Amino acid sequence: MPVEEIPKETLLWMYETMVRIRVHEERVAELFAQGKVPGFVHLYTGEEAIAAGIMAHLRKDDFITSTHRGHGHYIAKGGDIKASMAELFGKKTGSCKGKGGSMHIADLDVGELGANGIVGGGIPHAVGAALGIKLNGLDSVAVAFFGDGAANQGTFHESLNLASIWKLPVVFVCENNQYQISLPAKEHTNVKDIAERAKAYGIPGVAVDGQDVLAVYEVAKEAIERARRGEGPTLIEVKTYRFRGHFEGDPQVYRSKEEIEWWKENKDPIKIFEKVLLEKGIFTKEELEQVWERARKEIEEAVKFAEESPWPTKEDLTEDVFSTPTKGVLVWQW
Amino acid sequence: MAMVREITFAQAINEALDYEMSKDEKVIIMGEDVGRYGGIFGATAGLYEKYGPERVRDTPISEAGFIGAAIGAAATGLLRPVVELMFIDFLGVTFDQIFNQAAKMRYMFGGKAKIPMVLRTTCGAGFAAAAQHSQSLHALFVHVPGLKVVMPSTPYDAKGLLISSIEDDDPVIFIEHKGLYGIKGPVPEEPYTIPLGEADVKKEGKDVTIVATAAMVHKALEAAKKLEEEGISVEVVDPRTLVPLDVDTIVNSIKKTGRLVVVDEGYPRCSFATDIAAIAASKAFEYLKAPVKLVTPPATPIPFSPALEKEWIPSAEKIEKAVKEIL
Repeated sequence: MPVEEIPKETLLWMYETMVRIRVHEERVAELFAQGKVPGFVHLYTGEEAIAAGIMAHLRKDDFITSTHRGHGHYIAKGGDIKASMAELFGKKTGSCKGKGGSMHIADLDVGELGANGIVGGGIPHAVGAALGIKLNGLDSVAVAFFGDGAANQGTFHESLNLASIWKLPVVFVCENNQYQISLPAKEHTNVKDIAERAKAYGIPGVAVDGQDVLAVYEVAKEAIERARRGEGPTLIEVKTYRFRGHFEGDPQVYRSKEEIEWWKENKDPIKIFEKVLLEKGIFTKEELEQVWERARKEIEEAVKFAEESPWPTKEDLTEDVFSTPTKGVLVWQW
Repeated sequence: MAMVREITFAQAINEALDYEMSKDEKVIIMGEDVGRYGGIFGATAGLYEKYGPERVRDTPISEAGFIGAAIGAAATGLLRPVVELMFIDFLGVTFDQIFNQAAKMRYMFGGKAKIPMVLRTTCGAGFAAAAQHSQSLHALFVHVPGLKVVMPSTPYDAKGLLISSIEDDDPVIFIEHKGLYGIKGPVPEEPYTIPLGEADVKKEGKDVTIVATAAMVHKALEAAKKLEEEGISVEVVDPRTLVPLDVDTIVNSIKKTGRLVVVDEGYPRCSFATDIAAIAASKAFEYLKAPVKLVTPPATPIPFSPALEKEWIPSAEKIEKAVKEIL
């Protein structure tokens, strides 16, 4: 999409979102290496253009469902970074009070229905959100994010079928980062484009370069507007590449250093976008540098907040299992 | 005194659904054959005609898909879905959505999520439906924190508990025993609720407590009647909801009688029966005058042949025998 056709504030928002995600993820990698962030951490580095390009079209009253690689979606949807950083640390002030961690980052207040530790687990939730939207006569949409690995799960196929027969306002976004942990996409999927599978469900399917935020923006615009108009779901396959391992600490024996370096050098979505913005004279180098400054400052404040926050207490352990109190024993302890 | 009319268990379920749908537009029904067909056991009959295909949704055979959709819809606060899983045996294909998604969302998200959905499903043997259409797998739901589990035994309980379940903001698994759909009982026409977590003493007695669930309540009452003729006084406690569990009523009954038989149609190991036995051992051991007896099926898949199936299901005779063994 010609960059001139996109409002300048949207371009800035997308750039800023990508930079915030990048700075966040690189900082989390360090914190994980220092032992400050426990558990499994799956970073979104290299895939920032997808969250930014899609979420540029979403409102607060739209819903998304996310994956175990969910920090990028959370940030782009407007989740509170201090709260999510504290959550990564397992602190009481975390967005999930320290009960979810990296794999379950969620912010229902901004329509982020939650990251999911189960591959393909969240796809039907977006279908349900879209059903709720339709039956309530709203013009919101739901977007399901998932990876190439999830496209082989039953929930993927069931969800596309349901959304198609019920003509629901949902957009399925397959982030094909080319590896299902260690298994290359060409060994787990025998179609050139996962987007081709849309045909089987009678809905549009489109594959797009996920390193080019403008391309993602354009494809998303059409799919999301189509959903808002009540014309039903779309499957978008975004071809991307994760710059880091599947999880932090992944020895990455399944791919070469050269391959990773090639992608970082030639297909970094931030560098690609930056080049367009500078060449077209939309922003100056200084203006873009300020974006990085702001992001670094924001992330450092979040880290400080997380570090200084208290741990949850033993009383918190048995809270939040149920919402409606009833008679009888709800949370059992011998 | 006004006569309370008698209706079937299936009609009682239907009335609860009808009432909730008329009261709250957010309540919708989804499942296989719940629409035009009215549900294969007739529980949703007439609702499609009354509320239309948008709110009474026939789904493709894709349980993980539509149960997952119900969870997502509930999490947004836009709907309060009641989904039907035709047979509890089909749970396998939807395990993840129920155990990893519905049950954990609220906790994982730090108490922010509410999942106001009800999963109605059927259990129970006795119809020569063989190993994949006859199981009573309720213990699996009880095992995983985050789910409320309801298992009514009478039409009256079915109506009141289903209304409570739909109005509850947590995911509720509502299990209907297939053998109960046809039984009749007194049910008021007007809506009423029965609180989750409140057991019902179906029959008072002083010599032995029988804790029984769903169809087994009726077998226990049948056994109690025969034992009564022999001068043995039996108390029958129906927990009605397995989560939350009315531990007090169960423990108080054991304290009163000093003896416990648990009757449940689930498989024997790691079951609801063993759970109640463990509760008795930890909360009322000093009151027990005899070992706890469990009456359950054997740990085998459910056979097809009616001759074998009859042997498999706990019977009133087996319950009587168990009671006598601890007297």
